Amino acid sequence: MTNPSRIDARFAALAAEGRPGLVTFITAGDPDLATSAEILAALPAAGADVIELGMPFTDPMADGPAIQASSLRALNHGMTLAKTLELVRGFRAKDSATPLILMGYYNPIFSFGCERFLEAAAAAGVDGLIVVDLPPEADDELCVPAKAHGISFIRLATPTTDERRLPSVLANTAGFVYYVSIAGITGTAAPDVASVGRAVARIKAHTDLPVAVGFGVKSPEQAAAIGGTADAVVVGSAIVQALTDSLDADLRPTAATLGAVTDLVSRLAAGVRRARAA
Amino acid sequence: MAAAAAGLNSWRVGPDERGFFGQFGGRFVAETLMPLILDLEAAYESSRNDPVFQAEHAALRATYVGRPSPLTFAPRLTEHLGGAKIYLKREELNHTGSHKINNCLGQILLALRMGKTRIIAETGAGQHGVATATVCARFGLPCIIYMGATDIERQKPNVFRMRLLGAEVRPVTSGAGTLKDAMNEALRDWVANVDSTYYLIGTVAGPHPYPAMVRDFQSVIGEEVRTQILEAEGRLPDALVACVGGGSNAIGLFHPFLDDPDVEIVGVEAGGHGLEGDEHCASLTKGRPGVLHGNRTYLLQDSDGQILEGHSISAGLDYPGVGPEHSYLHASGRVRYVPITDGETVEAFQLLSRLEGILPALETAHAIAQVTKMAPAMSPDQIIVVNLSGRGDKDVFTMGRILGFDL
Repeated sequence: MTNPSRIDARFAALAAEGRPGLVTFITAGDPDLATSAEILAALPAAGADVIELGMPFTDPMADGPAIQASSLRALNHGMTLAKTLELVRGFRAKDSATPLILMGYYNPIFSFGCERFLEAAAAAGVDGLIVVDLPPEADDELCVPAKAHGISFIRLATPTTDERRLPSVLANTAGFVYYVSIAGITGTAAPDVASVGRAVARIKAHTDLPVAVGFGVKSPEQAAAIGGTADAVVVGSAIVQALTDSLDADLRPTAATLGAVTDLVSRLAAGVRRARAA
Repeated sequence: MAAAAAGLNSWRVGPDERGFFGQFGGRFVAETLMPLILDLEAAYESSRNDPVFQAEHAALRATYVGRPSPLTFAPRLTEHLGGAKIYLKREELNHTGSHKINNCLGQILLALRMGKTRIIAETGAGQHGVATATVCARFGLPCIIYMGATDIERQKPNVFRMRLLGAEVRPVTSGAGTLKDAMNEALRDWVANVDSTYYLIGTVAGPHPYPAMVRDFQSVIGEEVRTQILEAEGRLPDALVACVGGGSNAIGLFHPFLDDPDVEIVGVEAGGHGLEGDEHCASLTKGRPGVLHGNRTYLLQDSDGQILEGHSISAGLDYPGVGPEHSYLHASGRVRYVPITDGETVEAFQLLSRLEGILPALETAHAIAQVTKMAPAMSPDQIIVVNLSGRGDKDVFTMGRILGFDL
């Protein structure tokens, strides 16, 4: 059974250490199932405090080119939602501490069946869910049922989420709040550190949950700067791009693939570790 | 009557306050867009009740679009098919050559009212792109049109028209380079430019309030038909036929007649190369409910919920989804949806051209093909109204290729 407090325990430990956490994103099954399992297993040792695992979808409307291409690579190798859950199960058999969050779009879950999906996800050891196209107005679809299965539904707050709307965005959110630092798709513009700091403070005035900040964070320096105010820094597109750059011309993994991902994650982890050192 | 069975007094009351038609519709979008969509809903509601907005809209419909469009009796097609009397609602006579301008005009007035300074849109066949570029030119707003690279190739005349009108056409190469991919790119643009940008959606799909708003702007088609057919025949038609991609011309014709139980209503989907394989866009006949582009509706998808590309000879019907109100009307049985193949479409295109002197758009030719199946089985005192949603000028190159004529 999943441990509903795995995310809470990790953020409590990070607070005790006095540093922000690093949330790393990869797409399940990218570039293929075996390589993806290998990368997943290596992330915690490389410095990932929380893992966000993308559920591939044909039409990822809020994602930029890097993540869109990674989804298509995975799908072209026959990735499915059932195989994604198998991947989680395999990871969880060897790692019982690292929180793992599935991130994606609603249709594959709706097609799988929400109740069946939540049961299978809880059994596989999933701790949280981010479903980009389910706003609070659709909480009854998946967010509220997820709670009953001990799975945290992590909501995105954005620069367009105003004071009036923020309480409803936070209402059923658990685990942490994911602040999307730019109005845009993943992996594009770099966030402005000062405005991110103000936004994190604004959100913290409404909730005791930790606030993770992502979208557009690419370098250890940016991670260190954002981590000055945020409880965690999320990096996705840059990691996916590092993986992409390591593939051969036929988009197959090479001897450099695993290292390309773990090297970047290690450098990012070093970045978040010095975030509040100065 | 099924409406009563569903606990409703009317088929025309939807959507509910959350944007649902039964289980279909809703607002399934990223948080970044939600505040914008709520603003849009509020602006639309207030414009509906504003006589100044309504008066400006009505004047432009009459003097710029050319409404009302005629309802034309088709004597030679009627005689040829030997059954019901066939009337054509002439939306192809509108400025820009299709029904699309009805919606674009309404939405551009709304965008101006909301103080937006930049318009984006997606287009498949290019008719919506041309209509959007037109209203942007008319009101002096910059216009960016997302269009699949495949569609750009097969709809060159419309691409050139958009450029002449001052719009920037941005090719989309992801996926199969068709309407679905163009819609994804437009949504990405909108998320990145929420403050300044108005997304002018071309069909009755997307997050609430778009399906209801576009339907309301297109319902002028059916309202005019009601008046015109009563004047011509002294009674309502026995059947209505329209093609359905996203379904805006169809819902525009159908909606004012939904509560007339004696009017049979038929929507025509793209049957492509036939429904046996995946080479079609018959999302109602062969798809199942899912969530894409902000709404729950029938979708072409695989067993894992991944969206399929679909295929149609006509770029305007080449979309794996359909408007949520059509899904509701299909699931409840009020409207019958049937597929027409590419081959049947090409025949119908030529038939209408030769018998009535009207080149229909390939989209529209799907509806004509369905009429050729229905009319012979009906009696001469019965009436079919078919929506002539667009003209075929844009498709002459495609038809030339199919018929082996070198243009």
